[in-house]
Amino acid sequence: MMLGLNRKDASLLLIVAILVALAPIFLNPFPEQSGLAQFNAGYPDLMQRFVIFGIFAIGFNILFGLTGYLSFGHAAFLGAGSYAGVWMLKLLTINVIPAIIISTAVAGIFALIIGFISLRRSGIYFSILTLAFAQMSFALAASVLTPITGGETGLQTALDDPRILDSTNTTGNIPAPSIFGLQMGDSFQISLGGWLWTFNVGYYLSAIVMLSAFYLAIRIFRSPFGIMLRAIKSNQQRLNYTGLNTKPYMLACFVISGMYAGLAGGLMVSMDPLAGAERMQWTASGEVVLMTILGGVGTLIGPVLGAGLIKYFENIFSKINDNLLHKWFAFMPDGAEDFIVSIIYPFVGKGWHLTLGLIFMAVIIFLPGGLVELGQKVASIFKKKGSTPSNTPNTEPAE
Amino acid sequence: MDQIILQILNGLDKGSAYALIALGLTLIFGTLGVVNFAHGALFMLGAFCAITFSRILSLSKVVVDETQKDFLGNPLKVDVPYIYDWFGESAGQVLINWSVPLAILFAIPVMIIIGVLMERGLIKHFYKRPHADQILVTFGLAIVLQEIIKYYFGANQIPNPAPEAFIGSFDFGAAIGLKAGTIIYPYWRIVYFCFAMLLIGSVFAFLQFTTFGMVVRAGMADRETVELLGINIDKRFTIMFGVAAAVAGLAGVMYTPINPPNYHMGMDFLVISFVVVVVGGMGSLPGAVAAGLLLGILESFASMRQVIEALPGINQVVIYLAAIVILLTRPRGLMGRKGVMEE
Repeated sequence: MMLGLNRKDASLLLIVAILVALAPIFLNPFPEQSGLAQFNAGYPDLMQRFVIFGIFAIGFNILFGLTGYLSFGHAAFLGAGSYAGVWMLKLLTINVIPAIIISTAVAGIFALIIGFISLRRSGIYFSILTLAFAQMSFALAASVLTPITGGETGLQTALDDPRILDSTNTTGNIPAPSIFGLQMGDSFQISLGGWLWTFNVGYYLSAIVMLSAFYLAIRIFRSPFGIMLRAIKSNQQRLNYTGLNTKPYMLACFVISGMYAGLAGGLMVSMDPLAGAERMQWTASGEVVLMTILGGVGTLIGPVLGAGLIKYFENIFSKINDNLLHKWFAFMPDGAEDFIVSIIYPFVGKGWHLTLGLIFMAVIIFLPGGLVELGQKVASIFKKKGSTPSNTPNTEPAE
Repeated sequence: MDQIILQILNGLDKGSAYALIALGLTLIFGTLGVVNFAHGALFMLGAFCAITFSRILSLSKVVVDETQKDFLGNPLKVDVPYIYDWFGESAGQVLINWSVPLAILFAIPVMIIIGVLMERGLIKHFYKRPHADQILVTFGLAIVLQEIIKYYFGANQIPNPAPEAFIGSFDFGAAIGLKAGTIIYPYWRIVYFCFAMLLIGSVFAFLQFTTFGMVVRAGMADRETVELLGINIDKRFTIMFGVAAAVAGLAGVMYTPINPPNYHMGMDFLVISFVVVVVGGMGSLPGAVAAGLLLGILESFASMRQVIEALPGINQVVIYLAAIVILLTRPRGLMGRKGVMEE
């Protein structure tokens, strides 16, 4: 009923909004001085990444989750958006709003061109075509397009940029990206007991953008357009037989998805005005696939969870080293301690990719619905125990 | 003229690596209908079979050598590979020197076992699932395999030299009557190309001239009928998966002297191999081989100085460009069969 959402979706949006707003607090569950403080994820840089990659994954999920078209080249749009964003910061103004808008638009145009060609095929051919385009963009950005992209060193802002809308200022430091005077890096810190909470401008800007993107995604999922996309996933041939041309729907979906990626790219450079070609490489496209699948493909909240999980792994889990492991298992007898540490060590710290790969495989094999399905299964176990099993009618739309 | 020949030769060795990997991919796809994103990892595992084998050969014990003295006059401690004890010193040195070609013998059983385990343990459960799931699970497997190798061998490239007999270059220009010194080509690349052709030839011969191969081809054409005739086609397809893994592995073994392997070499090759398979036509073995060689040659032509000057950056993108053009104009690829993965 609220904002054109039904009760279930509205409460989901509300929960996500509350969680995102309070993230600086509950992502720092351990006091600053405690040994577990390194598992605190509530610092601005990482929180920004959580929400920005959340946007990227939401966008990818609109394409893959709704239509089943697996794009292996989505990072190209993220990269295109990043470059466009940095150029806006260089040429126009250090205010991030034009940068974010233009990067979304540029990624949209880029997606329109690539989508127009790639969508002529489906299935694995579509995956290969998107992969080929992304690799081409990456190779060109790293070599020939160096004047536009900064080549392998990347594109960044400089002191003598024109910035035609800003008052000229060629002394002092390179201006940091800001929004109406508030710099992205500005933070407001509260220290309470042993805890330290950081409320960061850049994070809250990204969070607001992410929530609007999430809201839009819910609306797309529930719209007739979204239902059409699901129909394409379940049986495109039959749709064609009914005389319906699916191509415009697919193209629109692809462009929307690309614009989400561009939006994420624009936010990324707003937080840190540096765009490199490796952002377009196919491993980056693979990462967003991992995020979406891990979280739960085709679900609303799944991609955000997946993005958070992977970024947490990458930044926190990867810092566990063997000294720390020895400290944790110090209560054991010496032999047992070394044995346990030597077993666990390959999976943590630098080996976090191994754990990620194993979890990913386990999810694909046993839980095609990702973390969301896991949550539903666990919830249903508790429900059965708690109350008498009732035959609740299945409210999911038939697919 | 000599430039053109040189570029063709340059393209052939990279092209033959593409062709070998693409051949394995196509074998798996044609028999089991599985899109195997872990195939690059199999290539990488093969390369590390060669590394492991040369390390096994040079496993050493420390011996105090009374004949050699260090500067203080104490006897020197020398590493003596165990293999010297077994085969004598001169034969041992020859064995270590020839570790790369010998690693083939080691890699074949290892790779077949890995392939069969992979098929029985994981891929088997994915026949009925959509292609996207197959891509994703093998992609995950590739990450896991890479990380295991990275854990044991580190992240750096590990050099693994070719036998001394093949170090150096061959003056190809002089041999075909052109001016000496114009076309110089390393021996090992010639070996690699010949080896690849031999391997491709034997895979084709195996499929064409043995009863086993005949059954496999029949199974590729019409699986159900073969099963109705009472033949256990699953077992044969599993073995073919092992063969495909071995082909990728051998391509990796022989590639180690050209490019020292590291844990993500497989991913670098995988993307291009997929492009090769698609260009050649899904499910067509000759198509995969032809497309591999063609794209290899195309790539080396595009990296000629004159071409780069005319079209900057073309060397980086020519393979992908070719793939896009072919996919859009000839949807089945160069030699694709009708009805195989049309959508």
